[in-house]
Parts: sequence; C-alpha cells; structure tokens
Amino acid sequence: MSGRGKALVCAALAVASWASCAHAQDAARGKATFDHTCAPCHGAGVGDDGRAMLPGTDALRIKYQGSLPALLEQRTDLNADAIRTFVRRGTWSMPPFRPTEVTERDILDIAAYLRQSSGAARNGR
Amino acid sequence: MAILPPGVSAESFASAIREFQDAIGREWVFTSDDDLYSYRDHFSYIKDQPNELIPSAAVGPDTTEQVQAIVRTANKYKIPLYAISTGKNFAYGGPSPNVRGSVTVDLKRMNRILVCDDKRHFALVEPGVSYIDLYRHIQANKLNVWVDTPDPGWGSLIGNAMDHGIGYTMGYYRDHFGAHTGMEVVLPNGEILRTGMGAMPASQSWQEYRHGYGPDPCGLFGQGNFGIVTKMGFRLMPAPEHWRNGLVTVPKRQDLIPLIEAVNYLCDLSMCGEPWYGSPLMPLMGNTEFRDAALAFNESAMDRLAASANLHSWQVELQFYGSERTTLANWEYAQELVARKVPGARFTNGESLKTPLTREQIANTTGPYPTNMRRNITQGVPGLGIWYMTGRTERNPNAWNETHIGLFSLVARSGEGILKAQKDFADVARRMEMPSLFPNALQTPVNWYQFAFLMGNGFGLGGGDTSPAGKLKATAKLREVLRENAKLGYGDYRAPPILQDDVADQYSFNDFVLRRFTEQLKDAIDPNGIISPGRAGVWPAPFRSMRGGMRS
Repeated sequence: MSGRGKALVCAALAVASWASCAHAQDAARGKATFDHTCAPCHGAGVGDDGRAMLPGTDALRIKYQGSLPALLEQRTDLNADAIRTFVRRGTWSMPPFRPTEVTERDILDIAAYLRQSSGAARNGR
Repeated sequence: MAILPPGVSAESFASAIREFQDAIGREWVFTSDDDLYSYRDHFSYIKDQPNELIPSAAVGPDTTEQVQAIVRTANKYKIPLYAISTGKNFAYGGPSPNVRGSVTVDLKRMNRILVCDDKRHFALVEPGVSYIDLYRHIQANKLNVWVDTPDPGWGSLIGNAMDHGIGYTMGYYRDHFGAHTGMEVVLPNGEILRTGMGAMPASQSWQEYRHGYGPDPCGLFGQGNFGIVTKMGFRLMPAPEHWRNGLVTVPKRQDLIPLIEAVNYLCDLSMCGEPWYGSPLMPLMGNTEFRDAALAFNESAMDRLAASANLHSWQVELQFYGSERTTLANWEYAQELVARKVPGARFTNGESLKTPLTREQIANTTGPYPTNMRRNITQGVPGLGIWYMTGRTERNPNAWNETHIGLFSLVARSGEGILKAQKDFADVARRMEMPSLFPNALQTPVNWYQFAFLMGNGFGLGGGDTSPAGKLKATAKLREVLRENAKLGYGDYRAPPILQDDVADQYSFNDFVLRRFTEQLKDAIDPNGIISPGRAGVWPAPFRSMRGGMRS
C-alpha cells in the first residue's frame, strides 16, 4: 500500500473510531436523559398501587398487544423524528415536553440510546 | 397561529423579542408554533377554541439576572408575562397563562439545588428543580432527609408551593407553602427581593427563620402575581428510622364524629402522619337497597344494612414515623384513644418496617388488610406511577381522561362537617345533573393539610362528553357548582385559569374587600400589570376589564 493509501486508511479508521466514540457518548447522554425524563413513566419495573408496570409501559402494552414491545428501550422503530413528534406534541395522556426540558440535542441523544438499547435487547444482552 | 400580547403592536413585539434574545440567547426564545405547542395545557377544556389560553412566545432564562432583564423588557413594552417552573400543574392549567398572548417565562433551566442540609433539615432550590430531582440528589449523596412529594412528583418544589400544593407525610411538611423557609423574588420593576433573614446581607440563617423582621410579604407570592420567585427554601423532614401503619374501623355512620375527633387529636400532637379516611361500605353501592338508602341519606337503613353485611361504616388508616418503639407506642395510644370514644371500634395491625423501605416493600400490596394508602408517597418517594389514572388502562383501553381537572373544597374538620358536606355536595350534584355517583354519602375527606379537610367536587365530570360543546357544558356546570358551594360556605383552594375568577368570586366577604385590598397593592407594585395578570382572580388595572372574560 502506498503511503497515501495508508494515510487514507488511517484517516478512515480514525473517523470511524471517532464516530463510534461520538455515538457512544451520544448514547450515554441519551441514557441519562431517558432515565431522568422518560423512565419514570416508560421504564421497566412495577407501577403504583399493585400495578405490574409503570403507566407509559402499560399503556403501550395494551395498545400494541404484543405487536411491538411495551418498553421503549426495546423498540427498534423510534428514530429521532418519531421521538421528536411524541416529545413535542404529546400523545393521549402524555403531555408535550418543552424545549427547556428536552432539547433538540437530547432528542438526538435519546434516539442514539434507543438504537443501542434495542440492539442489546434484540441480541438478548 | 402567531398571536400578539393584548394591546401590543407587531412592531413593539418584534422589538421585545429581539431584546429577549439579546438578554438570554436566541436559542432560548421560542416563537414558532411547533415550539409553543408544548406551552399549551394538554388537558384544556377550551383546546383549539378561539379563547384558548396560549402564549405569544416563551423565554427560558438560566439565571436570576436574565429574569430581571426579561421583566424590564416586558415593562418597557407592557407585555404580560406568565411564569412557570416545571410546567406540570396539570388539572390546574398546566403551563398555560391566564391571559392569551402572554409571554411565558419558563424557569425550567434554573434547576440548581443550591443547598440541601441534612443536619439543619432544609433545602434551597431554584424553580426548575423537581421533587424527583431533589429525591435523586438526596439518594446520590446519602443525605438523611426526606422530601414530602405531591403525586405525581415531576412538579417543581417552588411551583407546587406557589400554588399551595400538598404532600403525604407528616403534617407540617404536607403544606408545601407553609413549609417554605424564605424566598428570592424578582419584583415587577426588576429588583431582587429576599424575604425573612435573606433580607440581611450577611445572614447565616436564611432558611431557619422565615419571618425576619416586620411585615412578611411572602403570602403575596403564593397563588399571586407580585413577582417571579427565583429561589426558595423548604424545611425537610429528617429521615425517620421506622414506619408503621394500622387500620381503625368504626361501626356506625355517626361514629365518624368521635373518630375524627380522636384522629385530629393525634395529628395535632404530631403523633401520626397523614390519616387516610375511607368507607368499607363502598362495595355495597352495587346493592340496590343499600344504594337507594345511601342516595337518600337514610342513616338508620345504612347502619342496618352495614351490620347485616358485617361491615363497618368508616375506616381510617393511620401511619406513624419515628423509631420502632415510638411508632408502636403511638399506635397503641391511638387504639386506646379511639376505643375510649367509639364503642365497637376495631383495630388491625398493619406493617412495621425499618426505613427506608425497599422497592419490594413499597410495591408490596399484600398487607394485613386491603389498603387505600399509596405507598410511594407516604415514603417520600416521588414518581409518575399515579399517571395511570389519566391514561390507557385495562379498564379504560380506548380513551384517556382528557378533561383531567382538579377542584377541591375546604370543609370543616369534623365528623359533623363531613356528614353535612356529603349531603350538600350530593344535593348540588343532583341539581346539576352530574353523571357521576360522586359526591355521595360515603365520600370521605382528604387530610392533605394538617389543619383542614378537602373534598373533591370536580373530577366527577371527567370522562363524559369530550366534544368542544360537551366541554363547554361541563365548564358551565363546574362554574355553577362553585357558585352553589360558595352559598353553602365551601370555598375551593386551587383551580385552572378558566375557573380562577369563579373561585375568587367565592371569597366575597365585605364586598370583596380582600380582592380590593390585593388589587390595590398590585396596582402600586406592578403599575403595568405585567406579572401574571388575572392569576387567582387578581387583575391589575391595565387588564381589569378582562375579569370574568373566560365565562363568555
């Protein structure tokens, strides 16, 4: 391989490594935001008053009847556009979240986290 | 759907927006329909109607200095502001303003926990700090204090206290405004005021003596519009070592009177936490004979049918915080006291647990008796679990409670007061042709405030006709309920903006002298009327003609 070729490969590896690292950072931030803002309603775990699930998780279980996972962290179909729509417009009893609560950057980070978490769920990890 | 603040030209508004942007950064000034959608009340009875209470813009400051700059600009252009903290005051209007076209001052970014002291038992926080945030801070730092959380717990400590919100642990802490320990406020002219010992520049005890010296203006900021609170302190309950509960039941309807006397005594000696009243007779409402007796308030028939079903008429769940021994002593004393006053009273030991309870202990619903007590909130653990009441559930799979609204009236803290209120509320509901079974002869009060009882009278309209016409009709009924209740001496403690003038009208003693006094102060302190005009029925002179406007 020529010197120029080696340089290009190194550059490509560096970009891939940077992208991977950036994605991991995005996903880590997304997890923190998800845990803070989304998980109290859409997380795993039991609900109040003897309910088996938290309200958001239970509502999606009833809605999808097994055709989609009740847990958002297992969903593979929630990209940033979908998340933005639900966050900014709300749906049913979920009210909209304001840009001071969930920023555009937060939405992208949550999308990165859900890509990661749903991949982990699919692989049984 | 761009709208302007009332009486403000497009040119002036554009200039104000530029000044807001210069003060806090372009990215934190929101004017697009997409962004402003999230500032609407998700549960509004007038959603998409021409009079829906929506803002013209929203601004998200990060510091007290930025709040000052916003207030000064608003004064310059005479733009009404409406301050929100976490914006979660659902059932009471959410983030929506009283005046359509106001600029919403969204304080969520001011989310710093400035002090949380577990030796002197207080916290000093900014408006964007939620109960969940403070709870997590306490857990992460292993601090020996609890939060007294409302339910759900995503609201702001400051916002909840400002609207006289409540919690569920010991008496003193349940009154969130009453448990405040001083505040910092940006006044309508942009100056910063600190109350209590905070008025002393070198004070070492701002959160320990909230009175300071001289008149204390703090009450003007609760459910008021005299400034924007940017810091506030709260007394925190020291973490108890032990929690215990127990059930008391009494056989006859009239036994409610001595039962409440006994529980009031225990509460006011700080021997127990929030008592949870109920009636074991609720299942009998499915029995036609009992239901007819209950709807007719036929007490002897109700007692006879209760006895034949081997059920008691009333119950109260008591809870005790302290050490294992003190909680046992208090529970034993409670039994002795009630037994002395009510022949035939029964007592059932509940659980006796070292605190903090584990997640499994909190989730456990297989106690010694069926309980109405909600476990997380009695343990000071904030969450969103209660939100199932508004959304999709197995019992309600195809609809959500889009008319979620809160109306609770103050009733006398006595058995006589409750028995009278049941009849009064049921009479009004019948005349209003309200569809729900509530209010009825089994409705019991909530003791959220240690020294007061509240009884719900508004939730029953939810879930009916949710068309715009149906909501309009429901709102008209709610206004009528408020008017009728006021004639009988029942006033409400909190309301969404569409009903705040109606609740304020209940407080009419001496030709509305309280409102006249407050508005005189408002006009002096806020001559342009820019801070939340109309909040709690307090209308400044420039906006006073809008009073009652939501009724049309």
